[in-house]
Amino acid sequence: MTRGQVAVFVTCVVDQLFPKVGTAMVEVLERLGYSVDFRERQTCCGQPAFNSGYRDEARLLARHFVDVFRDAEFVVIPSGSCTSMVTHHFAELLPGDATAREVASRTWEFSRFLLEVARVEDVGARYEGAVTWHDSCHALRELKIHDGPRRLLANVRGLELREMDAATECCGFGGTFSVKFADISGAMARTKIDSILRTKADTVVSADCSCLMQLQGAMRRAGVGMRTMHLAEVLASR
Amino acid sequence: MSREAILERVRTALGRKPGDVPAPPPPVYLSQVRTTVEQRIDRFTAALEALAGRVIRCPSRDCARDAVNEIIAGKRVIASRASYLRECGIEPEWTECSRADVGITGADYALADTGTLVLLSGAEESRLVSLLPPKHVAVLPVSRLIDSLDELFVRVPLPADATSSMVFITGPSRTADIEQILVRGVHGPGDVTVVLVDD
Amino acid sequence: MSGAFVPVDRLRETIADQRLQGAIYTATGRLIEKRASVVSPEVLPDYQDLREQARCLKQHTLENLDYYLEQLEANVTAHGGHVVWCNSGEEVADFILGLARQRGASLIVKSKSMTTEEIDLNERLEEHQLQAVETDLGEYILQLAHERPYHIVAPALHKTRREVADLFADRLGVPHDEVIENQTLTARRVLREKFLAAGIGVTGANFLVADSGAVVVVENEGNARLTSSAPPIHIAIAGIEKLIPRAQDLPVFLKLLGRSATGQPLTVYTSFLSGPRRPGELDGPDEFHLVLLDNGRTKLLADAAKRESLFCIRCGACLNHCPVYRKIGGYNYPGTYSGPIGAIITPQYQGVLKHPWLPFASSLCGACAEVCPVKIDIPRLLLELRSEVVRGRSGVERLAFRAFAWLGTHPRAYTFVTAMAARLAPGGENGWLRSLPFFARFGVFEKWLSQRDIPAPARQSFRQYWRNRAKSGPAA
Repeated sequence: MTRGQVAVFVTCVVDQLFPKVGTAMVEVLERLGYSVDFRERQTCCGQPAFNSGYRDEARLLARHFVDVFRDAEFVVIPSGSCTSMVTHHFAELLPGDATAREVASRTWEFSRFLLEVARVEDVGARYEGAVTWHDSCHALRELKIHDGPRRLLANVRGLELREMDAATECCGFGGTFSVKFADISGAMARTKIDSILRTKADTVVSADCSCLMQLQGAMRRAGVGMRTMHLAEVLASR
Repeated sequence: MSREAILERVRTALGRKPGDVPAPPPPVYLSQVRTTVEQRIDRFTAALEALAGRVIRCPSRDCARDAVNEIIAGKRVIASRASYLRECGIEPEWTECSRADVGITGADYALADTGTLVLLSGAEESRLVSLLPPKHVAVLPVSRLIDSLDELFVRVPLPADATSSMVFITGPSRTADIEQILVRGVHGPGDVTVVLVDD
Repeated sequence: MSGAFVPVDRLRETIADQRLQGAIYTATGRLIEKRASVVSPEVLPDYQDLREQARCLKQHTLENLDYYLEQLEANVTAHGGHVVWCNSGEEVADFILGLARQRGASLIVKSKSMTTEEIDLNERLEEHQLQAVETDLGEYILQLAHERPYHIVAPALHKTRREVADLFADRLGVPHDEVIENQTLTARRVLREKFLAAGIGVTGANFLVADSGAVVVVENEGNARLTSSAPPIHIAIAGIEKLIPRAQDLPVFLKLLGRSATGQPLTVYTSFLSGPRRPGELDGPDEFHLVLLDNGRTKLLADAAKRESLFCIRCGACLNHCPVYRKIGGYNYPGTYSGPIGAIITPQYQGVLKHPWLPFASSLCGACAEVCPVKIDIPRLLLELRSEVVRGRSGVERLAFRAFAWLGTHPRAYTFVTAMAARLAPGGENGWLRSLPFFARFGVFEKWLSQRDIPAPARQSFRQYWRNRAKSGPAA
């Protein structure tokens, strides 16, 4: 007896660079009683191409995504920006495409899936540490994710949540912005890190691996020894 | 002619033809609230004092006259021709506006929400008396104190019918242009006093 | 390629300038806090409604702009004013020069107007020996320094009190004084003389009110009031997009403008001016001229998908909240307007290929759209502009994305190629690399590494893990 069938879209960043985030997410979902499937044909949602202005190329990837996930009951993604690509921008790329609309309507960012579909705020996790939460931009502004993760983290045993003063400021990743405007991106990361350091937390947590990649890379370069973890990893901790 | 060229470009951009009737505009969004005089006075005073303005409440016109005389004692003064000033017996000797220390005006309305004075220029009220001298004193009856901008535009939907200049004055002139440090009295008066008279 | 001709050196210089960084960040930070304190649900419960109302009003006005322009003109004329239509900045200058000559005016006072910056009005007038003195304190300082505004609302944000002291001592012959209050008083004194001697006063206009034939000018110092009331002639210059239909629509905009710009429920002065002094009025200008400027606005108007760019009421909130602006400041943006609004209108006015990098100088964080009082969807417009920049391009970048799209639609190839890359890549310390072997030190990798360490590909990708798990069961 399962609560439902979840098809995970792990995102190319998680797939290739941070697979533990994917495994953590699967663990949490299975613990909650969902049947999880990883559809092997999945690749990329097309956001990098779209954000760089290459709509035709992005469209090919969008169509592929829709094809892979058609008739999925739930598509769950451990990323605010990839989710918003599907839910907010596929319509622009594939106007009038009913299947695309259908798939988008069943696509969920991980924390919102937990809170709004699974309807849980406590997944039974334990993580000893002082944590500060970084609001990733697409999650915050396009998907309206702000209080949700904080509620989830509040229920993690042993976890102390500390707000940084610049929680909602962009970390500077912005996809290709991070390399096209590397100097600005780096400066933005350092401002964010200053804010993080002021919390004296030992872990930075976010809903987006690209942000964590940006922050962790910059922290390592600056000699700051802090952990970064994806929300899924914290929630999978026991 | 530029006029025709610009209008032509506008119409082409919008796919409209000369004489096309416009779509009906969105409704006017003005709200009115019910408050008491005392509530308005309290709000007005709090708002203006928060901006370093001063409010003097006078039970009578005589009191108002005395309050004003105290402020202008020994100073060069210019007063506008607002009839309410005359009614309060405020008729000081005149100095030329650009040399006056204090400018005394009436006010057509005051807005409680923001601590704002509303002055319509006309035969009785001037633009410059509330602007050139470094100190501005306005005298008005509490009956002219209304709640908000919304209410003002309900009462005065077409200010241009009455005057060439309607000015909202909300506290002393100020700037933070240099290093974001606040300085008052840049071009307009740095000192604003409102005398609210119960009569 | 779309990143071409990025003014990297200049950007680096700004970012490396600690003092400037501090000034920009602090000033914008203060404006952010001030705005937040007056638009919170407790203080302004209908803030979101007001934004929607403002957006609707702007949209309606622009979609019927010809009608409202004609209505405005009729009403200005009815109140004794005179409307001048100008295609370009040159025509504006010609008009003012002509008028000044006719009236024998040699001194002009000006209040702050980004529109006049846009058309280089002061420069044009100076070419003909007409002195146009800026009277807004920040603008006056910049005029003495021969510099451009750094920020839409706080033009001299980048200047220190010492710089101002040096400037005043040098240009005005006053003693060197770093006390800001004294500097302000000096400016007041000097400019007071100008106000009273000027033959013409030139202002901008925040709003043009069609049903009243009126201009609305919003300020804190009092210089706009003086400019429009002391000299015998008042000229107001405004872009045609500044129109609103009715005087009764003004409260919606006034409630948003001051709060969004500086956290003030109302600025100190708001002037609602409709024409020269009426018979019997105690004072006011004898003549009023309203200059309606196109200068490319009709071009933006014609593009329905991006028309909302013209909704802008120039509050500067987008600048204050933009993490990029907060790092690079106003001078790194080409054109008159900086920040997110500049990033969307400058390419439209000048053509996207003039500064092809500009729409890309954003992380698309969306903070601007969140605070825009008229709900311009700036990120969406940036994305549109980006697609226009790369349209028809066939460079390396397009090839790369084409290749990636091919891989992304051919999962087996994707799986194979990524597995190969992971095998070939160095392992790094805890999965992170400080640098890459020589053959990988190029392009995007080099740029990434200039600022931060790079993650090495995982030894086992998620899909590989899943494959294995499928073989041995979920407990693995």
